[in-house]
Parts: sequence; structure tokens; C-alpha cells
Amino acid sequence: MTESSHDENIELMTYAEVVDVKGFVGNFDVTIRKKPRYVDMTKCTGCGLCIEKCPTKVPSEWNLDMGLRKSIYKPFGQAVPNVPVIDTEHCLFFTKGRCKICQKLCPAGAVDYEQKEELVTKKFGAIIVATGFTQFDPSAYGEYGAGKFKDVITGLHLERMLDTSGPTGGHVVRPSDQTEPKNIVFIQCVGSRDESKGRPYCSRICCMYTAKQAILLKDHYPETQSYIFYIDIRAAGKNYEEFVKRAQRDYGAIYIRGRVSKIYEKGNKLIVRGVDTLAGRQVELEADLVVLATAVVPQPDAIDLAKILNIPYDQYGFYTEAHPKLQPVESVTKGIFLTGSCQFPKDIPDSVATTGAASVRACEILSKDELVLDPKVAFVNPDICSGCLNCVEVCPFNAIEPIVINGKTIAQVIPTLCHGCGNCASTCRTSAANVQGFTDDQIYAQVASVFEILKKENFLELSE
Amino acid sequence: MQVGYYPGCSLESSAKEFDLSIRAILQEMKISLKDIPDWNCCGASPAHYLNEELAQALPYRNLVKAEEAGLDRVISPCPACYSHLKHIHEEVLKETHLADRLESIVGKKYNGGIVSKHLLDFIKEDIGFDRLKSSVKLPLSRLRVVNYYGCLTRLPGVRIDDMENPTLMDEVISILGGEALEWSHKTECCGASLSVSRTEIALRLVNSILEAAKERQVDCIAVVCPLCQSNLDTRQGDINKRFGTTYEIPILYLSQLIGLAQKLNYSQLGLDRLVTSPQNILIEKGIIEK
Amino acid sequence: MSYLNSQDIHQFRNRVLALNGEDVSRCIQCGKCSAGCPISPEMDLQPNQVIRFIQINDPATVLKCSTMWICASCQTCSVRCPEEIDIAKIMDSLRKLALEAKVPVGEEKVVKFDEIFLDSIRKRGRVHELELVMKYNLALLQPFKDAHLGPVMFARGKLGILGHKIKEVRKIKEIFKNSRRIKQSES
Ligand code: SF4
Ligand code: SF4
Repeated sequence: MTESSHDENIELMTYAEVVDVKGFVGNFDVTIRKKPRYVDMTKCTGCGLCIEKCPTKVPSEWNLDMGLRKSIYKPFGQAVPNVPVIDTEHCLFFTKGRCKICQKLCPAGAVDYEQKEELVTKKFGAIIVATGFTQFDPSAYGEYGAGKFKDVITGLHLERMLDTSGPTGGHVVRPSDQTEPKNIVFIQCVGSRDESKGRPYCSRICCMYTAKQAILLKDHYPETQSYIFYIDIRAAGKNYEEFVKRAQRDYGAIYIRGRVSKIYEKGNKLIVRGVDTLAGRQVELEADLVVLATAVVPQPDAIDLAKILNIPYDQYGFYTEAHPKLQPVESVTKGIFLTGSCQFPKDIPDSVATTGAASVRACEILSKDELVLDPKVAFVNPDICSGCLNCVEVCPFNAIEPIVINGKTIAQVIPTLCHGCGNCASTCRTSAANVQGFTDDQIYAQVASVFEILKKENFLELSE
Repeated sequence: MQVGYYPGCSLESSAKEFDLSIRAILQEMKISLKDIPDWNCCGASPAHYLNEELAQALPYRNLVKAEEAGLDRVISPCPACYSHLKHIHEEVLKETHLADRLESIVGKKYNGGIVSKHLLDFIKEDIGFDRLKSSVKLPLSRLRVVNYYGCLTRLPGVRIDDMENPTLMDEVISILGGEALEWSHKTECCGASLSVSRTEIALRLVNSILEAAKERQVDCIAVVCPLCQSNLDTRQGDINKRFGTTYEIPILYLSQLIGLAQKLNYSQLGLDRLVTSPQNILIEKGIIEK
Repeated sequence: MSYLNSQDIHQFRNRVLALNGEDVSRCIQCGKCSAGCPISPEMDLQPNQVIRFIQINDPATVLKCSTMWICASCQTCSVRCPEEIDIAKIMDSLRKLALEAKVPVGEEKVVKFDEIFLDSIRKRGRVHELELVMKYNLALLQPFKDAHLGPVMFARGKLGILGHKIKEVRKIKEIFKNSRRIKQSES
């Protein structure tokens, strides 16, 4: 990140979002909303004095509410750019009209409460979508008491606690009483592989991060014992299986094949009632901490963005690739590429690999003066088109636009957007819209010649 | 307001106090009950596998009888009866094929005009918490209650509350001025009819429920099911003997607690019929006098 | 040991599917049903194992197990199954299939109780609890089981000596006859 912020060929637009995309491959017009951060990026030196002196305290999103941040803050230590932002919902100046401490103290005079939102439109040749994922809300599992029992947390909470720059300085403690847990129960597939929660897919990353967390826990706290309830261990990556074996063999993690049905509090312990399907019996564990491996789910606004970009998505809200095997990083819309978990759950190596692939694909477009397109696209014969514009409605790629020729409105295909699906051709009542290479005449001719052959070879007795 | 009433078999004998207290509290709130004339047993669960059609025909006849009596709503205090009535009503509306068959078995047609209610959703939806509140004369303050729902919210057709963490009874207790405590065994199984056929299983289950309640230092457990009440109440002696425990936790019907808050008479609410007597604790808490 | 594939492997699964619309091939064997079942410790086959044996077409093992007989029909398994399989409903169907197959029932007591229960309804239109429990204990040659509860229950007015009988008992008997008749003609 830091490196890319220094590269002269890269312009980072942080705290900004895409609000509109027009045009097509090689010629996208993208409108971006730059939100006001109330700190002048050109003046701020990143000294952090404002953050230190801000009198407010707000739960930190980055630390999943386990720690606090200020109203003027950087989301996390290594955030790029090294410039804070003001959270107007909690800032005393924005909520109550007083304070202004940060402005008074900033040695660079960078704090500017008057900053306004900015809309910029720029031209781009290609777009790479890398909006990532969020985690499933486990409170959907009433039987696990997530959200109700303080010591039932998610893998991400544990990850933050294990981070030396995290809210607990790297100490793993029970949120309820800040004591160190001894017995830790991990539950896999919470929200994943669960039709009843509408998410039958595997989240792909939980098996490995859980094994890692079990190893780290034992490493930091040799007295701890981890128990991991799993349905299947999916360790299909280079050295993954060996890694899980290490967690079991060298770090003593007990893997229990089965799901947990209920968690309840007893005294200051959590009773976890599960099953060991290999032993064929119910098991109960007394846990100090329960860690839920919650499902990878799309960002809540993933579908809104898909509509802006005009790219397809699946029933869960993950973006769909053009071809699952042969075009895994291309979206169906030419010039728009996908990477990371906005497409489906991916681990780090997969995300890095797809990002490389998507970047090369994008460069391929940018490095050429002219693009070679598939010739099998639609065209509209302007002489026959009646101007009903039904085709505009049915085109899934917005590839047809109305134009006016000699005072008459007719349809015209933008070949760079067209995928040759033929929806327009089958909808057009005057046969003005056709797909190159598949015009009505060509298809009739093909059918006719097939019949000729069949007749000649006596395969067919035509009753005339 | 007049509503239909389907007491079910156990409210005629072992759960007579459930019946008495429901009649009393509803009367107090100016609701008159009309029993389904000549009602029959709903078949409970045994009928299901022994004779599936019988399991459907028995509640069907009750629905027919209710309709004949000009009723449109029927309260069934027993969750199992309630589930059966509601479930068959729904099935008959869905499947004409089934409706025809049941009509031919029973010999009469049910036209789908009966809305089944359990006491809980009747209180919430038909009476309303406000009206309940205004009927309270003696708040049950300081009374520590855990509410035991058992399998009520999971039964087929019964969708009156959250399945994993139901709160309706707790809301009622709060309205009565009592202390509804969070606890772990709200929806655990009491063993149902296994208490007769496989008593030792039921004892194990009831023991764990009582243990969880005891841990919360409760004054009583509130229930809304005759089977739950019977298993939790009558088996305490057996459990104490078997597990060396010393439970003496009164198991009260929610309707009895409502009645107490309405200052109704102790025996009118059938409180003297409970095996584990609540008398001492109620005196101690100033809810009844000596 | 016989070969798993020596017969139509989907036979039993399809049987259950036809009977109650529940498809066990959806089951991912996560075990959550067994994990939450209150009766699990007493069952000879865990609920997920029952489902497994249906998946691999082993009715013999399933129909003689105790599981469905001591299942309390509490529905815990059904409401928590990630595949939304109504396991409790399958248990009910298995009881029926076991009786039909005339296999020795592992839990005779349960069936006995249920039969006496139905008999009570047939004779009276309602259940008479005292009679039910007494008949049941007599049938099992354990006349004094739970007898200690009698006096207490009696003193509390919880046991009526005389049961209620509805007016249209004849009608109930007819319903019993009709429902049985239709069932036979259908099978
Ligand atoms: S809970 Fe459902 S999916 Fe899991 S083992 Fe039981 S039946 Fe199969
Ligand atoms: S319904 Fe039966 S099998 Fe399912 S959890 Fe309850 S007792 Fe167990």
C-alpha cells in the first residue's frame, strides 16, 4: 500500500466511492464521490497530534468494538494515506458545535471543517473490482447465543486480540472478565454450509485460519487447550494439510467431527453441547471462550455497486465471472475485472494470484492503441429499424442506444459492449437487429442446406 | 368477548388447576369461554404412527364441532392439542385431497373457519398486554421466576415466538411485576410422555432443568403445558431420591401467576393442587396472606 | 459383509421420501441433530446415524433400533438442521415402517403405552389418565411402578377415579373404524 502511494503512475483516491460508470472497455467515464475527510491531505504531515488530543472516545470498528478510537482517527496504524479523517457522527464540533481542539492544535493547519464532498468524473480504460467481503452476523444462531454471551466471539475478534497492535496488545482474554481462557472451543461453518441460513457454500478460509489460531494460542499460552468442531477439514492448498496436521500433532488441538447444537452459560463457563459423529455420541465441553468461524459474505452494498458497474452477481451477491474456468478474473462486462473475495471466498494466496491476473488483463487493454473484438456482435439495419426501441429494453449489457438520424429515432449497437447474446435479434419485430454471422438469412440458409443433404442421402422422406 | 375453548384431556384431571386458573383469569378480564361441545381427545402423539389418519381425524372432528357451535376462535391451553388443531386446520386448507378424506371419515365437513390460539398468543394478540396490565391488582414484586417453554415454540404449526429464545412468557411476568430471569433451559426437553414409559430418561432431563433453575435461585418455575408441569412437579421427589438433590421448586402455570396478580383466590386458581406447594414462598413474598 | 451396492441403493431413501416428503440425500452428516437431541445418551443409534443408514439403504438396522421409539418428538433436531430436514417427522415415519415390517420393537414399552392410550380414546372419546397409567403398568407387569405418586396426586385432586366419556362415543368408534378402513384399502 505504502509503495503504491508513492508510485507516480498510481493515484490513490481513498475515502471515495464510485457512483456512476458510463462508457465501455477502453473508454469508461467513472464518476467518483470524494467524501470530505475534513483534513487537508496536502498539508497534513501525519503527526497524529490531533488524534492524541481529541477528547472523544468511540468504539473502534477496526477492532470490532473491542477497543476505542477518537472522532478524528486513522482506521488502523499502517493505514494509507497517513492522514486522519473526522467522523462527523461523533465529533463534538459537528454534533454540538463546540471543541475544535484538533483545528487549534494542528501544527500544519490541515484541519478544515468546511471541506465539501466532491464529485469527479474521469476516464479509465479498465476497471478492477476488489471490494472484498464482510463476515456473517452470527446472531442468526439463537442456539449459540452469539451477541448475547460475551465470551462467544468470532474468529475475527480472536484475530484482533492476537494482534500485538490490537485492542488487547496481543493478549487473548475473555471479553466478560478479561481473564485468560484455558479451554477454547472453535466452531466451524457458522453461516457457511447451512441451507437454513441461505448460505450453502463453503467459506474456504476458516479451516486454515482456525488451525493457525489454535497453533498461535498454544504457542502464546501453553496451558490452553483448543477443541475444534468441524464438518470436514478443507485444507486443499500447498502445505495446508500438513499445517492442519501440525495443529493436531504438535500443538495438541483436538478436532471433533460434528456440529454444535447449543451453547449456554453455567456460572462463568460456557457449556458447549455438540456431537462427535466419529465416536457416535454426544459430547459436552466446558469452555472459557467459544470462537465461531463465521461465513464469508459479500459486502452489504455489493449489489448496489454491481448495478452501477453493470456486472452480474449470484444469489448471494458475489460477482460473477465471465467463465468459471477459462475467464476466472473477467466479469461479463468487457474491461471490468474481478479479484479477491468480492467474487467468492478466497484466501490470501488466491487473492494475490487473481489480483496479478486481473492487473495483467487490464494492462493488456491499456497497452494497445486498438482493441480486437469478437466479430459476432449485433447490428441494427438503420433502413428497417422502426424505432420501437424494444431491443434497448432487453439488452442485458446496455449495449444499444437510441440515436437520431434524419429526424428519425432508431437503435444503434455499441459493439464494444455487445456480447452477441441475440436478445435484441429475437425481440426485433422488423428483423432489423441481427447478430453478425447469425443473421436470420444465414440461419435459414444453414437449415435449408442441412435438409438438402438429408434429402440427398435419403435420411429423410419429406411428405410434401 | 366470547371465545371457544378446548381444554383437552389433561385439563380435566391432572392439570385441572390449569383449567381452573384460565377460566378464572379470563373471567376477570371479561372474556367468556364456550367449550367446544362434546369435544374429543386430539389424539396426542401416539396416534401419529399407529394410525396417521386417525391422528388427523380426531382434531378434525373438534374443528367441525367448534364450527357447528358458531365459534371462530378456540383457545387450547395444551401446546400439543394446540399444535394438532392448528396443524390440521392448515393442512386441510392446503390439501383438498386430505380435506375430502377427512370429511368422509368424520362424516362432516369443516369449512376452515376456526383460528386456533394458545393461551400465550391469545393474551398477546386478542387481550393485549395493556388490558392484562390494567387487570393487575397486586404486582408480583420480588418474585423470581424462570419461564419454561419446553418444545412449545418448536411444535409444527406453532409459530408464536422465537424458537431459540422465546420471550412471550417473560413479557407477561414483567407485566405482572415479577422478575423474569434469563436462564439456560428455557427450551430444553422435559421428556414428555417418556416420564411414564421410560421414566429414568425423563428424570435425567427434568433434573437438569431443575438444576439450572436452582442455580438462578428462583422462587418458582412458570409453565404453560400440562405435561411440562406434571413432569417438573410430580417427579421432584423421585429425582431427589435418585440424584440426592433437595429440590422443592413450585411449578406454577402462567395463568396461576396472572391470577395471583389479579388477587384471585388461592384455591380458585387451583394452587392447592400443585404437588410442590407454593404456599410458603408466596407468603414470604407477600403475595398471599397466611 | 454384503456389498453396499448389491441392491438398489436408493430404495429406502425413496421409501421415506414418498412417505413424508423428507429427502435424506440432502443430509451432510454434520451431526447437529444428534448434538442437540435430549435423548441421545439413551439411543442405540444417534439421529444422524439413523439418517446415514437410510442414505445407505439399510432398513434392517434402522427399523430395529431404539432411536425412533424413545424420540420425544421435541423437534430440536428439525429446527436446527442446516439442511432443513424434518428429522422428527422421519422418526415418526420410521415407527410406522417398523410396525409394518413387524420387526421386534426395541422399545416395547413405548408402543404398549401408545396403544393403551389410543384404546382409551376409542372407548371414551377422551383419555382417562388414571386408567391409562394403571393399565399400562399392569400390562408391563409392574403394577407398583409410580404407585407412590398415586396418593399424592389423588390428594391434590389430580386423579379422577371416573373418567369422562363423551356423548358421541359411537361417533368416535366410527372414526376409528373409518380411518383404519381407508388406510387398509389404500395399502
Ligand atoms: S442435522 Fe441435518 S444435515 Fe446434520 S446430520 Fe442431522 S439430518 Fe443431517
Ligand atoms: S425430535 Fe426426537 S430425535 Fe429429534 S431431537 Fe427430539 S428427541 Fe431427538
